[in-house]
Amino acid sequence: MSKFSAWIGERAPGLDATYRKHMTEYYAPKNFNLWYYFGSLALLVLINQIVTGIFLTMNYNPSAAGAFDSVQYIMRDVQWGWLIRYMHTTGASLFFVVVFLHMFRGLLYGSYQKPRELVWLLGMLIFLTLMAEAFMGYVLPWGNMSFWGAKVIVSLFGTVPVVGNDLVEWIMGDFLPADATLNRFFALHVVALPIVLLLLVVLHLAALHEVGSNNPDGVDVKHGPKGNRWSPTAPVDGIPFHPYYTLKDLVGVGVFLIVAAFIIFFAPTFGGWFLEHDNSIPANNLLTPAQIKPVWYFTAFYAIVRMVPSAFGTAFWGVLGMFGSIALLFALPWIDGGKVRSIRYRGTGYKVGLMVFVLSFFCLMALGMDLTDEYFPRIFGSGIDLTTWDNVFGRFWTLVYFGYFVFLWLYTHLGWEKTKPVPERVTMHD
Amino acid sequence: MKRFLPAIALTFGLLLGAQPAAQAEGEGLMSAHASVRDPASLQRGAHLFFNYCAGCHSLKYLRYSRMADDLGLTEKQVMDNLNVTGAKFQEPVVSSMPAADATKWFGKNPPDLSLEVSAKGADWVYTYLNTFYLDPSTPIGWNNTTLKNAAMPFPLWELQGEQTAVMKPGTHEVEKLQLTTPGSLTPVEYQQATRDLVNFLTYASEPAALQRHHYGVWVILFLALFTLLAYFLKKEYWKDVH
Repeated sequence: MSKFSAWIGERAPGLDATYRKHMTEYYAPKNFNLWYYFGSLALLVLINQIVTGIFLTMNYNPSAAGAFDSVQYIMRDVQWGWLIRYMHTTGASLFFVVVFLHMFRGLLYGSYQKPRELVWLLGMLIFLTLMAEAFMGYVLPWGNMSFWGAKVIVSLFGTVPVVGNDLVEWIMGDFLPADATLNRFFALHVVALPIVLLLLVVLHLAALHEVGSNNPDGVDVKHGPKGNRWSPTAPVDGIPFHPYYTLKDLVGVGVFLIVAAFIIFFAPTFGGWFLEHDNSIPANNLLTPAQIKPVWYFTAFYAIVRMVPSAFGTAFWGVLGMFGSIALLFALPWIDGGKVRSIRYRGTGYKVGLMVFVLSFFCLMALGMDLTDEYFPRIFGSGIDLTTWDNVFGRFWTLVYFGYFVFLWLYTHLGWEKTKPVPERVTMHD
Repeated sequence: MKRFLPAIALTFGLLLGAQPAAQAEGEGLMSAHASVRDPASLQRGAHLFFNYCAGCHSLKYLRYSRMADDLGLTEKQVMDNLNVTGAKFQEPVVSSMPAADATKWFGKNPPDLSLEVSAKGADWVYTYLNTFYLDPSTPIGWNNTTLKNAAMPFPLWELQGEQTAVMKPGTHEVEKLQLTTPGSLTPVEYQQATRDLVNFLTYASEPAALQRHHYGVWVILFLALFTLLAYFLKKEYWKDVH
């Protein structure tokens, strides 16, 4: 140990131990595959959002009168401002891409099952916070889509019985999205929610490192045979996170950055999906955009709001449906009573069920993006009644989405699942 | 799990290929093939803009000096030929028409065009500039099939000439437009001129586009090299993991 680290060690005795516990002596299963890149990538994007966000904050003006102009100021007059802003906007969308894939990995390999329920719950809290963070960030440029998106999303709370209207005014601080709304969203977006996110990420990792990482075989390496090159008590199939997975993740980072750079430099609006055309028009409460729809990553949940019909004189059911669709994911560790973790050894019902569930998510997404309005007439002729078609399509896939959780509970708790034998030790496929 | 890669790639492909709703509404738009990579076209477009549009429309987010730099023009060229408002070289392009008068004359203040292409798409602007026709029933005598009852009189009429509408029999819907009085440009020349103008407005909506294309190539080349080295390093370390 060098003099310097000895000096540090005498004054902060836990530092070296913490580093070893989480890096060089954290033994991760050696059989991680492609799906295991997205956790570290999510962390990379989070850091990108914070760093670029700090620089944006230096030049952004959080007021209804100045916000839109200040974004153009960043795009045109601030040195490298365009790059910083595109890194932030592209990062926002890619954050959801990697988080969706990271969550799907959990479904593939049963990473939420015992003993990793807390890891999953903390991850779901991160997801929920991220949605709030993204929504508020989307309002800040104060374009017309920011304004109308804020109005529509906040008015969802207006469906809450009795207190709904008061709640909406309380959230916005006005009767419409206005200066007060923008100011508080700015405070939440740049201070409050990032702190919550960082705290949750630390807890997510701490909880993970306590129980150890799952892997594509769903085999518990911690409880398997012991003894590897580095330690006689470490799992035989575990390898030190650093340098093995730090280096492997570095390759993933490289590939990911190439994709991100391609978008940032050559397609920053991503054809209107990452930065929407209507947001190039300043916020205007007299000019309703032709179609008000959320950014792509919210569209599946937004579709559920739209598809759940009103009943008993209130549209609250749609909002309940949207929150329910997320709440069910929280409850997944208890809904799924499967005996094995990995999809490699689960019953056919689980495999088919999961694929249909993912399909329902994509179909709801397409509906929320209004892609159905474009493609149904092309496929089925222009004479069709689009509202009816959208409703039938959307309600069917909404039922499938919720049905998946019912199916999964029945399938696993009633013992219908026929699993394959799980190997004693992890296998190396790809 | 490598078998999922094509599926992911396909999903992204579909997303990119699917046009967003804002553009989808203008079905049957002409294709502008807009590009900011032809400096001569940008210069011609700027020339058209300042001769035909700048009297009423501003580009309030674009400075004369920035435009000169990006388009390869000198300060003298810009100040002598393009800037007729008396604004300083470093100031943004703001029309000298008072807003109150504009509202009185046209019913609305002519919109700032800095972000017109970002908001509507290059193809929309291009089509709009090609679909004006004479319509005696409107107060200004002009109408437009892309933006019905547009408040703007057709400023480029002396270039394109006069188009009139052929209606679908028994309806008030326009079937097609016919050039009844030729302008000073041939139809092909006029399309090229409007393409130049749209290219200039595309540039004005995002001047950074000129830079990001340039840097993008080098950044991606660097990242490719970085990834390759990272891959070899990883491979070296993982040699003994079986």
